[in-house]
Amino acid sequence: MSPSLITVSYLGAAALFILALGGLSTNDTARRGNLFGIIGMIIAVVVTIAAFVTQHHEVLIGIMIVGGVIGFVLSRRVQMTQMPELVAILHSLVGLAAVLIGFANFMDPTIQYTGVEKTIHEIEVYIGIAIGALTFTGSVIAYGKLSGMIGGQPMLLPARHWLNLAMFIGVMVIAVEFVGTVDHDRAVLLLLAMTVIALLFGIHMVAAIGGADMPVVISMLNSYSGWAAAATGFMLSNDLLIVTGALVGSSGAILSYIMCRAMNRHFISVIAGGFGTSGGSSAGASIEGEVQTIDIPAMADLLNGAKEIMVVPGYGMATAQAQHAIAEITKTLINKGINVRFGIHPVAGRMPGHMNVLLAEAKVPYDIVFEMDEINDDFPDIDVSIVVGANDTVNPLAQEDADSPIAGMPVLEVWKGKTTVVLKRGMAAGYAGVDNPLFVKENTRMLFGDAKQTLDALAQAI
Amino acid sequence: MIIGIPAEIHPGEKRVAASPEIVVKLIAAGFEVVVESGAGANASINDDVFKEAGASIAKDAAGAWSADLVIKVRPPEFNGDLGQHEIELMSEGAHLISFLWPAQNEDLLKQFAARKVTALAMDSIPRISRAQKLDALSSMANIGGYRAVIEAANHFGRFFSGQITAAGKVDPAKVLVIGAGVAGLAAIGAAKSLGAIVRAFDTRPEVKDQILSMDAEFLELDFEEDGTGEGGYAKVMSKEFIEAEMALFARQAYEVDVIITTALIPGKPAPKLITNGMVKTMRAGSVIVDLAAEQGGNCEATVPGEIVDSHGVHVVGYTDLPSRLATQSSQLYGTNVYNLIMEMNPEKDGNIVVDMEDEVIRGATVVKQGEITWPPPQIAVGAERKPSFGGQAIKPEAEQAKAPEEATGLSKIGQYLKSAWFPVIVAGLALFGLGQVAPPSFMAHFTVFVLSCFIGYMVIWNVSPSLHTPLMSVTNAISSIIVLGALTQISSSSSLIYILSGIALFITCINIVGGFSVTQRMLQMFKG
Repeated sequence: MSPSLITVSYLGAAALFILALGGLSTNDTARRGNLFGIIGMIIAVVVTIAAFVTQHHEVLIGIMIVGGVIGFVLSRRVQMTQMPELVAILHSLVGLAAVLIGFANFMDPTIQYTGVEKTIHEIEVYIGIAIGALTFTGSVIAYGKLSGMIGGQPMLLPARHWLNLAMFIGVMVIAVEFVGTVDHDRAVLLLLAMTVIALLFGIHMVAAIGGADMPVVISMLNSYSGWAAAATGFMLSNDLLIVTGALVGSSGAILSYIMCRAMNRHFISVIAGGFGTSGGSSAGASIEGEVQTIDIPAMADLLNGAKEIMVVPGYGMATAQAQHAIAEITKTLINKGINVRFGIHPVAGRMPGHMNVLLAEAKVPYDIVFEMDEINDDFPDIDVSIVVGANDTVNPLAQEDADSPIAGMPVLEVWKGKTTVVLKRGMAAGYAGVDNPLFVKENTRMLFGDAKQTLDALAQAI
Repeated sequence: MIIGIPAEIHPGEKRVAASPEIVVKLIAAGFEVVVESGAGANASINDDVFKEAGASIAKDAAGAWSADLVIKVRPPEFNGDLGQHEIELMSEGAHLISFLWPAQNEDLLKQFAARKVTALAMDSIPRISRAQKLDALSSMANIGGYRAVIEAANHFGRFFSGQITAAGKVDPAKVLVIGAGVAGLAAIGAAKSLGAIVRAFDTRPEVKDQILSMDAEFLELDFEEDGTGEGGYAKVMSKEFIEAEMALFARQAYEVDVIITTALIPGKPAPKLITNGMVKTMRAGSVIVDLAAEQGGNCEATVPGEIVDSHGVHVVGYTDLPSRLATQSSQLYGTNVYNLIMEMNPEKDGNIVVDMEDEVIRGATVVKQGEITWPPPQIAVGAERKPSFGGQAIKPEAEQAKAPEEATGLSKIGQYLKSAWFPVIVAGLALFGLGQVAPPSFMAHFTVFVLSCFIGYMVIWNVSPSLHTPLMSVTNAISSIIVLGALTQISSSSSLIYILSGIALFITCINIVGGFSVTQRMLQMFKG
């Protein structure tokens, strides 16, 4: 196959990938976009096999079929509530692949560079493996945290910032050693040493970040997997990898930025970890007042008497698998002529867009699901707001108390509505460790219990 | 502990201090309940219903009054039939919960003291957030406001709602509500739901939103003065304000069909807002309902307790509007009393403790075991209701911190570093350095890389936030393009490279198929 034909094929694949991402701008074009992505991938793989693979064809096909089947089964079996876990584990695979390919490339005796080109190639290999290793272990830890295998609490080693700094310096020192090392075996050893440090760094970095910062972490790992692919592209002098890696990398970076903005936090402070355990000593934030509870029949009356209802879901809805019960209630209420809408905070859940996926799964029509910015001004007209398993995203302290750890974070202003009902398991503080004065406001009623059982009972009652 | 519920003997009083639902709850909380026979008759609750609820029925007043805790609506008074004052029927050391109006009834307090009775006044409960569920004044005001509209509709000769009928068009009635407290807001709500056009006026600007939220029109004066007094009540306004206000009312009286007045100032006679002159300008058949009649009335033509016809206008001066909705009033009042009893019954063991440390109980207790404890020490009511605003306290500090930063040269450099130009300059220098050393082949790839980052930036900002999860799974799938690295190396003669590439190929294939397939599954759900 001629080099130009390969280049043209890669160009086509790159264009298709861009169209795939562009298609996601609306629900209508999104599925076509995904199809573009699939076609682009098939073109790229088929052309590469035709152009570069000279032997082991049977083994290659076998590996691809087995891998593909495993991936397909995984994707069909996964629950929508487990989507963050799936995405995390898939990220780790990209990271691991980058490491393996980096080593394979470095050990390939047929690749010979000299002078500056050699130095640049060595740096490319080094960076590709470093990002890949970091992404791999970081994603594995994120998967562990999301699936509950590892506790969601941030693991805070003493002097963790110094530890991070020491590891970073270690990586830099080895890099200086590595570049220009003539002895090939010694170079491989240095590369292995760096890989071990990068793997540890990935573990330490994500372990220090708590559960509710997961949207940022997932987006960040998404970004890293892209940069790993881009670095691999430089290493292999392959423009398609560079383009795709850059697309994915900037996508993840933008998502991280959106998530950080939604929590009014700096990216650095999220990555530094330990949110809610230090600096959370706000003097004026202790909440006084009495919680008023409501029972299911009263709640049903309240909903039936309302004209405008806003549902504010949070991670609690995902853990309780309550989205179907909510959808059923919504349907009943809409049939009664009540205007029901959903207000979604950007960081609700454990990954960007998590709530939207769950509501879509439960067949809640997406034209009644709104982003925070779209509906926050409408709360004064809302008769009843139902808060399902959300806490920090509806905390008025973010606006009222400048000393609060969540000060300045944009929140859904549910307390401006006439009545708010909060579904909650108990009175525990939210992830940020901050009390929520919403719960003791005069127009707030608490409905304690498992969200799914409560909502199922409520669906019967209305 | 036994709770006694005697019949109300005040002429025209139809309420009873507890409804059967409350009796059930009290018994569940460990109390025994004795109800005087016929106590609920005027509120359409007969003895059998109380009996079913678990209360025992006392034949006469003495049976209910001899309980350890007597709950009642009106203050105790002389019982003509028995020839005895009701307080004399109480046992020494007993408790009483009722409306008492201690400021007007000092003699009554002395009588309680002489009888060694502990008396709690429902009207003296502090108006703080925590005590809202005990606030019988609000409950009664709510009923009064509703009933005022019903009385007005009763005496008004037309529909409240506008209609277009085969027999012609009917204009909606215009209702003016003066004073938008609990009663005023209830009146607005009731008049709105009958279909009237409702306007409301209040001297406290803070209630404007509440009025607007009830779909009524808020009448505004072209005059700035805040009439907010202590405890959420209004205060006396300046002379100029009152003049402007009266001019507004005069214009409105000319226009509206129904006026409902609820203006009260604590400890003062009700302000006269509707003069005889204004009444004269109203159309014949119009109605004025004066909820302030008991305190002298907001209207000059009001006669407390009666309906008078003044220049063809019905002026309703009933002072017992809540009693005219006795079943509802009894239920809400009973709930308020029950909540007060439960405040004093923390152990839920059917005993009450009058804890003078608790500011709610302290405020309500006017006589404790023979000692007059009214008036209570002042508590800061305003501070309780307003949330403290951390942001305000912080501000001056921030300004202070700003000042010393200006002069020094060092901080100027700091400012340059912080400015938006700094990263641009650094990036420019870095690119220049790179251009000095890097070979052309690298620069070609680098160009592709940077441009791709920009394309990614443009494309991703357009992605709908609701599709962020599919975005992550599809980017994950396409980042498996790294499979090309594995494919280009798998044909290597070195077995180590072959194995490494093989593993890489295997895991990326999981990723490619898994990523695209799960994205497709999610997007299928978004089909709508």
